[in-house]
Amino acid sequence: MTTTYREALREAIRDALRRDERVFLMGEDVGAYGGCFGVSLGLLEEFGPDRIRDTPLSESAFVGAGIGAATAGLRPIVEIMTVNFSLLALDQILNNAATLRHMSGGQVGVPLVIRMTTGAGRQLAAQHSHSLEGWFAHIPGLRILAPATLEDARGMLWPALLDPDPVLIFEHGSLYNLAGELADDAGPVDIDHAAIRRPGADVTVVTYGGCLGKCLDAAEQLAAEDISAEVIDLRTLRPLDDATFVESVRRTHRAVVVDEGWRSGSLSAEVSARITEQAFEELDAPVERVCSAEVPMPYAKHLEDAALPQPDGIVAAVRKVVSGGG
Amino acid sequence: MPSLGADMDEGTVIEWLVKPGDTVHKGDPVAVVDTDKAAIEVETFAGGTIDQILVPVGERVQVGTPLATINGTGPTPQPAPAPQRPATPAPVPARPAQGLPSEIQGGPPEFPVGNPPAQRAAPPATVTSVDRLKASPYARKLAHSLDVDLTAVPATGQRGMVTAEDVRRFAANPPRPSTQPSTKEPTTTPAPRHVVQQGSPRAAIARLMTRSTQEIPHYYLSTTVDLGTAIAWLSRTNRELPVAERLVPAALLLKATALAAQRHPELNGYWTEDAFRPADQVHLGVAISLRGGGLVAPALHDVASLPVHDVMARLRDLVERARAGRLRRAEMTEATITITNLGDQGVESVHGIIYPPQVALVGAGRIVERPWAVDGLLGVRPCLTLTLAADHRATDGFTGGRFLATVDRLLQTPEEL
Repeated sequence: MTTTYREALREAIRDALRRDERVFLMGEDVGAYGGCFGVSLGLLEEFGPDRIRDTPLSESAFVGAGIGAATAGLRPIVEIMTVNFSLLALDQILNNAATLRHMSGGQVGVPLVIRMTTGAGRQLAAQHSHSLEGWFAHIPGLRILAPATLEDARGMLWPALLDPDPVLIFEHGSLYNLAGELADDAGPVDIDHAAIRRPGADVTVVTYGGCLGKCLDAAEQLAAEDISAEVIDLRTLRPLDDATFVESVRRTHRAVVVDEGWRSGSLSAEVSARITEQAFEELDAPVERVCSAEVPMPYAKHLEDAALPQPDGIVAAVRKVVSGGG
Repeated sequence: MPSLGADMDEGTVIEWLVKPGDTVHKGDPVAVVDTDKAAIEVETFAGGTIDQILVPVGERVQVGTPLATINGTGPTPQPAPAPQRPATPAPVPARPAQGLPSEIQGGPPEFPVGNPPAQRAAPPATVTSVDRLKASPYARKLAHSLDVDLTAVPATGQRGMVTAEDVRRFAANPPRPSTQPSTKEPTTTPAPRHVVQQGSPRAAIARLMTRSTQEIPHYYLSTTVDLGTAIAWLSRTNRELPVAERLVPAALLLKATALAAQRHPELNGYWTEDAFRPADQVHLGVAISLRGGGLVAPALHDVASLPVHDVMARLRDLVERARAGRLRRAEMTEATITITNLGDQGVESVHGIIYPPQVALVGAGRIVERPWAVDGLLGVRPCLTLTLAADHRATDGFTGGRFLATVDRLLQTPEEL
């Protein structure tokens, strides 16, 4: 069937609500308004106000309530409108959700799922365009997911709810309108492994989320130049599936990491470090990174485009590692 | 082969001044060595009778290689810089066990303060990392499995790295050993007009200056000095001197710089092993450009204690000998601070690169007439832009600033220099 990323996410929530009566969705405007990005449109009518709950504008309060509900036995899905607002709940996420199992000596787990929108590219300027998933991937005790395809949008939520510990799902804002074919029987997917989205022989391009499409476009351009790029979608940012990308680098001997986050101290740095640690002897060129410019995200379209990783920049980075020079 | 400069790894004996059977005393010149930068007389560290010449004229050897053996007759005969293996069987008392080498050999010979380059050169010169081969890790692995000599593979990768593709290409089509240059593979880059040969003076300067720029955090200061009084004093003094003894402004500048370095000892000495070691005296290195290209910066010893007339005479002598390629070892290794003067070339200021392991370099430009305000009145004065490049590990700008101010002040009373 033809569907969109948004509809696939909605179908995943609907499926979870049906499968398990302990599951409920809460967040700002998820009910009557249908969600800021329209993901939960129609769910209030279908499941009622007990299971689709609008919350006050206090991220700290409703994420904390979600943690409490999870420890008490429910399976909450908490929606935070965009990743910048998650900073208001950072204490709840880092100090409570991620640590309670440890602090209670294993007595209390937090089977909570938090969904949020991440990323730039929609002219929302410096305060609503962050890619902070790399920060959250720093925190032990959390699992971080970044669905980049319709299959993952449809399939990641249920295994996330089955996880006995907190899981954060980062939905890239530019993907909601992504349309395509999804199998009618599409369902839960694996959330432990990275995926090779395009096989190749000359270079490994490691990416995730909103940059996957740009990397696939770049790979298509590179194919015309006879450069065969393997594109890997990390899918799970924590715990990182090093085995998949390291194995790929062992075949291609070159790597480019594409990450919409800022370069310094980023997830791309982590991936690059792991490649160097685990496959140093296989590298034929320094690992390249394509990241966002280290500036507050500009509002103006042309400046925002210039600040973000783009297919041309990815192509240039690949050329640099493949043919030297530079 | 002694180290005749911080940058010297090898040297060529170009002349022996002694032969077997000659009696020599400590300090006698025994050979002339070409260091890539200059021909320098090498003095013996020990007295005795020359027994055997080990390195013939024309041979290039690493620093630390024994050049000759001396049968010691003096009270403390000691071979020069710690030979790697004893050249003559040392009179070691017979011991039953394999011996306690450290006990027998003792430590390295003690050098007087102010000669760290020679000390530094004592370990074998095989540990130079400057010319390390650059190859990607995978290229190294591949070269190993294909039995390819990486040093022979032309590099096309980033920053001059040999890549796996370079290794494969080389392995598939190794260059045939041939004496005909015409069989060389065509190269896409045009042949450079002038190639800097390994072992040439240029290469030695390149190594030293690269090291300085990479290792030393330089800071730069600059001031303009009114030389009106000094130039007036010079012309008065020169009137009474025979032409051959006349003073040039450089003599005043050298003397003032040396006195200032004496008063600010933090700028006079060496940075070695992560610490600054001040020198007892000011041995002022003077940058001298050589005819044929290249540069040396031999030392004028203890300039602070010399009258200006002697400084002038010694400067003339030093420049002449530098250009004739007859500098002495101590001149090549013992400078504690260096001055460079590019005024002859018409430049007005020079921001130099420090000569390691020294920590300061003074630069002087051309003396130019400038409008100059003194006490609210404008006049035309001969002015000199004086600069200091200093090692920020050893000193801060505050010290450097005080040093330049001292040079300026000293130049205002030339009769006292």
